Amino acid sequence: MLLGIVVTLISLWYGQNHGLLPVAASAEAILVDGLFNVMMTISCGLFLLVEGALIFSIIRFRRREGDDEDGVHLEGNIPLEIVWTAIPAVIVFGISIYSFDIYSEMGGLDLMNHNSTPTEAVKIAYAPDLENGDMPLLSDVGLGEPPSSAGQPALEVNVSGLQYAFIFTYPDSGIVDGELHIPSGQLVRLNLQAQDVLHAFWLPEFRVKQDMIPGQETRLVLEATREGTYPVVCAELCGPYHGGMRTQLIVHSPEEYDDWVQSKVAQGNTAETLANLPGSDRTDAQYLANFVEPLDLDIDADALAQLQAMPHAHMASHS
Amino acid sequence: MTTSEVKPAAAPASEAILGNERKWTDYFTFSTDHKVIGIQYLVTAFVFYMIGGALATAMRTELATPAPDFVTPDVYNGLLTLHGTVMLFLWIVPAGAGLANYLIPLMIGARDMAFPRLNAIAFWLIPPSGILLISSFFFEPPTAGWTSYPPLSLNTGMLGEGIWILSILIGGTASILGGLNFLVTILKMRVPSMPLTKMPLFCWAMIATSLLILISTPVLAGALILLAFDLIAGTAFFNPTGGGNPVVYQHMFWFYSHPAVYIFVLPLFGAISEVIPVHARKPIFGYRAIAYSSLVISFLGLIVWAHHMFTSGTPPWLRMFFMITTMVIAVPTGIKVFGWLATLWGGKIAFTSAMLFALGFIATFLIGGISGVMLAAVPFDIHVHDTYFVVAHFHYVLFGGSVFGVYMAVYHWFPKMTGRMMNETWGRIHFALTFIGMNLTFMPMHELGLMGMNRRIALYDPQFTDLNVVATIGSYIMAVSTIPFIINAIWSWRYGQKAPANPWRALTLEWQTLSPPIIENFEELPVLQTGPYDYGLGYIPEKDPAELYSHAGEPAAAT
Repeated sequence: MLLGIVVTLISLWYGQNHGLLPVAASAEAILVDGLFNVMMTISCGLFLLVEGALIFSIIRFRRREGDDEDGVHLEGNIPLEIVWTAIPAVIVFGISIYSFDIYSEMGGLDLMNHNSTPTEAVKIAYAPDLENGDMPLLSDVGLGEPPSSAGQPALEVNVSGLQYAFIFTYPDSGIVDGELHIPSGQLVRLNLQAQDVLHAFWLPEFRVKQDMIPGQETRLVLEATREGTYPVVCAELCGPYHGGMRTQLIVHSPEEYDDWVQSKVAQGNTAETLANLPGSDRTDAQYLANFVEPLDLDIDADALAQLQAMPHAHMASHS
Repeated sequence: MTTSEVKPAAAPASEAILGNERKWTDYFTFSTDHKVIGIQYLVTAFVFYMIGGALATAMRTELATPAPDFVTPDVYNGLLTLHGTVMLFLWIVPAGAGLANYLIPLMIGARDMAFPRLNAIAFWLIPPSGILLISSFFFEPPTAGWTSYPPLSLNTGMLGEGIWILSILIGGTASILGGLNFLVTILKMRVPSMPLTKMPLFCWAMIATSLLILISTPVLAGALILLAFDLIAGTAFFNPTGGGNPVVYQHMFWFYSHPAVYIFVLPLFGAISEVIPVHARKPIFGYRAIAYSSLVISFLGLIVWAHHMFTSGTPPWLRMFFMITTMVIAVPTGIKVFGWLATLWGGKIAFTSAMLFALGFIATFLIGGISGVMLAAVPFDIHVHDTYFVVAHFHYVLFGGSVFGVYMAVYHWFPKMTGRMMNETWGRIHFALTFIGMNLTFMPMHELGLMGMNRRIALYDPQFTDLNVVATIGSYIMAVSTIPFIINAIWSWRYGQKAPANPWRALTLEWQTLSPPIIENFEELPVLQTGPYDYGLGYIPEKDPAELYSHAGEPAAAT
């Protein structure tokens, strides 16, 4: 009994104080962290219980020297087995319901409502009248608008992934940039697409991720709650420099964001921005050079020069 | 044998023995003896395990620093692809098949597998498959990961990718042939006195495994053949530039590759259910629950595949459906873990090397199981998908479950296979090093993934350096830990203490014949006297019953 209380207390404490997640910078992150903390509490309790029982058995039920007898003949205990079938079943059922709830709060189920921009249906030769509406299970992919937002207008950004960079286009102002700038406290809708292979758009501090699929647009809707600079990470193997496919997300206050838009529009040199992005015609060394600074990598100039002297690896010739 | 020596009853049996003595060269031939094939599988698989481990050690060396300095990122992707493929298709699957081959006929009292020649063909497909795959490393390694998602796999080099596809098709065929053989053997060749419910749990686990192999592996073959058409003939099944859909490949791939996780781990679930009762001297707790939970896992394993695709092109309803099925699979798995724990409870646990690995199995597999339930929760999985958290999770399942399980099985059945005992002291050292190294390597990866380190990267954010260094040190300990095992196994095989027929005083049938068993397994087919786990009923089996030698002449001749 006392043991049970101690295990419960430790689990409850650890569930809140594990320190395993980076700072939560979005509305979605707070929801996900709540779920993780609950799962961590349950896991911690289960871990202590099972490993405790294991260690207790190892010590208490070890074979003594010279004892060749068998243990007790016990083939099972139906009530006990029902208990340890039912308890995990209840736990996973609870976690499922909680996850479902969190997922719909994050806007995951929003995409099932076909009120979003209709995609052009492919006309099938033998069934030219077939419309999207006849296929209720097809829907957009990603995270939609959270139900709590109630039609609040979202800032739209088109995100394009290519080996090995993200390009952000703001349709409202025509800005093109290699970094994502967004205002805090406003819904941002990211339309994700990939130009060559699969990529994934991951914001660890926002706890959201969505694959970028060539030929199929996917979507994320998020709301930043904390200003700052956060990494944007590609999380789907996309080639040798997959690890270097990162950029920054800068969350501004709404006023700062307006200033940034103004200055960008005034500059108006989108062509130059694009030229600075790593394209597909570069050598290994040029790719790498791009990542040395943002990643603060410990590569000296000699090593880079050496790489530059090397013939193209097959990667360049195939892409 | 001449006609003058013919005696009415005993002669045919002894003639059969003397005419069929085991030669060491048998292990390098197309032998149809299931015991030879089982050992062929295990040794071949272990060689590939060493290769896969070397690849992993190279990867960890690369990841000791954030910059790609030990190998180029290109080579790193080749390492990670081959590491995954070798470990799964050339180590764990053949190791499980090896145990099944060796043990199933002995456990059910059969003289061989149902289809001995098919069995040999299945084994002899493995070496070409493996050599082909390894050789690709010297030309142009496949670099698209063991998942080989298009479009990346279609534009990273045709030769390497083509070899990879061919190699897995060959290995998959071997697996299907093996699965069919196991299933028919278990269902049709048991001694008449053994109903299904008196069968050792290893056989139950192999029924579940074989069903999974037979249902899901052909789908992988289909996916890979279509991928090969895209790669070589320029079709567009999965290639978006021609209107294909890369997400369809993911569905087909995971329709095999999630059940594959159970193909990797179920045989070892079965093996641990054999080892624990013997070394704890207590019946398995809840025989039927453990037996049927294997079948439940096998069925549920077929309908959870899209949980690998929660961030891919999967609509919301599909994410929710697969979340719930994935969560449910924790229940039968939990039944097994609790069953093993309850078997230990009140037993008389002998700390043999086999038992130590069994305890390590439970302790580490539990962690993999818990993180598995977490990963099933879609909102959390969206954060950690394709990060080191996932890498940590599946290594706790596959290393903590399968690799600990294979080591456990080897320590337990080595005396039966070779007729020699293994050295227990070195076994314990091996266990301690493996256990420490394993946890040191994979535990920090949980935090790395949660904090934002994605997987499959040769260069990473320097803020993750410290934990990566810890993991690399752990991997070196793991690499070193195999040395005592290899020396112990080879030395014991040659010079180890002679093993009695039943060194662990176990009740299952494989221990009721000589160590190693004669070619035909049993002099006379055994009759079931007790259930497989009837410990504590006063029936304590002899270590070396003299009647086993009655047909074979002197005990010394029985090596």
